[in-house]
Amino acid sequence: MKTCLVVDDSSVIRKVARRILEGLDFEITEAEDGKQAMDRVASKMPDAILLDWNMPNMDGYEFLLKLRQMAGGDRPKVVFCTTENDISHIAKAMDSGADEYVMKPFDKEILCSKFGEVGLV
Amino acid sequence: MSAPVILRVIDFINKAAGIVLTTEKAYFVEARLSPVLREEGLPSIDELMTRAERGDRRLAQRVIDALTTNETFFFRDKTPFEHFRNVIIPELLARRPAGKTLRIWCAACSSGQEPYSLVMVLDELKAQLAGRPVEIHASDISEAILSKAKSGIFNQFEVQRGLPTKMLLQYFQKVGDNWQISPEVVKRVNFFKFNLLEEPKTMGTFDVIFCRNVLIYFDRPTRAKIFDRLADRLAPDGFLLLGGAESTFGVTDRFTSHPKERMLHVPLMRRADPAARTAIA
Repeated sequence: MKTCLVVDDSSVIRKVARRILEGLDFEITEAEDGKQAMDRVASKMPDAILLDWNMPNMDGYEFLLKLRQMAGGDRPKVVFCTTENDISHIAKAMDSGADEYVMKPFDKEILCSKFGEVGLV
Repeated sequence: MSAPVILRVIDFINKAAGIVLTTEKAYFVEARLSPVLREEGLPSIDELMTRAERGDRRLAQRVIDALTTNETFFFRDKTPFEHFRNVIIPELLARRPAGKTLRIWCAACSSGQEPYSLVMVLDELKAQLAGRPVEIHASDISEAILSKAKSGIFNQFEVQRGLPTKMLLQYFQKVGDNWQISPEVVKRVNFFKFNLLEEPKTMGTFDVIFCRNVLIYFDRPTRAKIFDRLADRLAPDGFLLLGGAESTFGVTDRFTSHPKERMLHVPLMRRADPAARTAIA
């Protein structure tokens, strides 16, 4: 089964994302911020990461940069999922190693489309 | 809505656009026409239909606009675009003399995502096309949806359905809460109003026709008639692409499946035309 780490400080978003991604046959783990996400990927690298931008402790952008420098950190497909929906944020994320970008609010169709783009659906 | 009124709407939309609705769709008709009543200040669907049938062309168009389904998204179903990129364009480039314009028709383009997706694919194939001119023509029966297509403006939901983020960055600018596709892309598509029930006499011949996810709304005789007309407008070695739930099988003998790709439809050659038959073999 494919694995996905959902990183978001909102428990509601994590719950919605979990429900959608489990429907797409992903096994889900969760993290509340970038720091917690670092612990998760250090113990097991997932196939995909759905990543919020603005979070306490460590934001999604900093997490992405650190992830891509880790051993095996180039493997997970990273899909940003954020309210930051201006071109500069999107370009910055894609230039820094994100594979796809979801602008909140999202629904099942959008997540399905974006995970399809990265070859996981 | 009373039975006579729904039957009246069913008859009107069938004659005007070939669309087949059944009485079970009364809720759909009511939901789609209610905003028209409000905006036009009309008391009932019955009154709206009376005016539309008596020759008020603007109201008739509003009824058509309201009852046509415009579901579409960028790179919808993916496979047709892969066929276009990997089979159709290479085959056409091999067959057509250098410099000859390739002509593509999106016969039910809705809000434009299909022809705009084709522009993006053609950009990817720029080196392969080596300056070959390509025309993209895109039609729809709904004036309202064509107007949206021509604007090139899409909301956040629309640009996230099927469109890879790298293409969003390459082709779009953010305008307020919406996204505007580059005017250069809009200019490359010739949008025009066209009813598939009409005879497309003055349009010339096309190398590729996309007619996807529209024939499902027509009955079998209407589909057969439309296939005939599409075949008349398609080059003998051209390509027809249909929606995933649509097929020429059992409806027309003017098309057959492409020998390598079953989902692609090509005109069935007449015995008297062995050269063209060889072309697709």
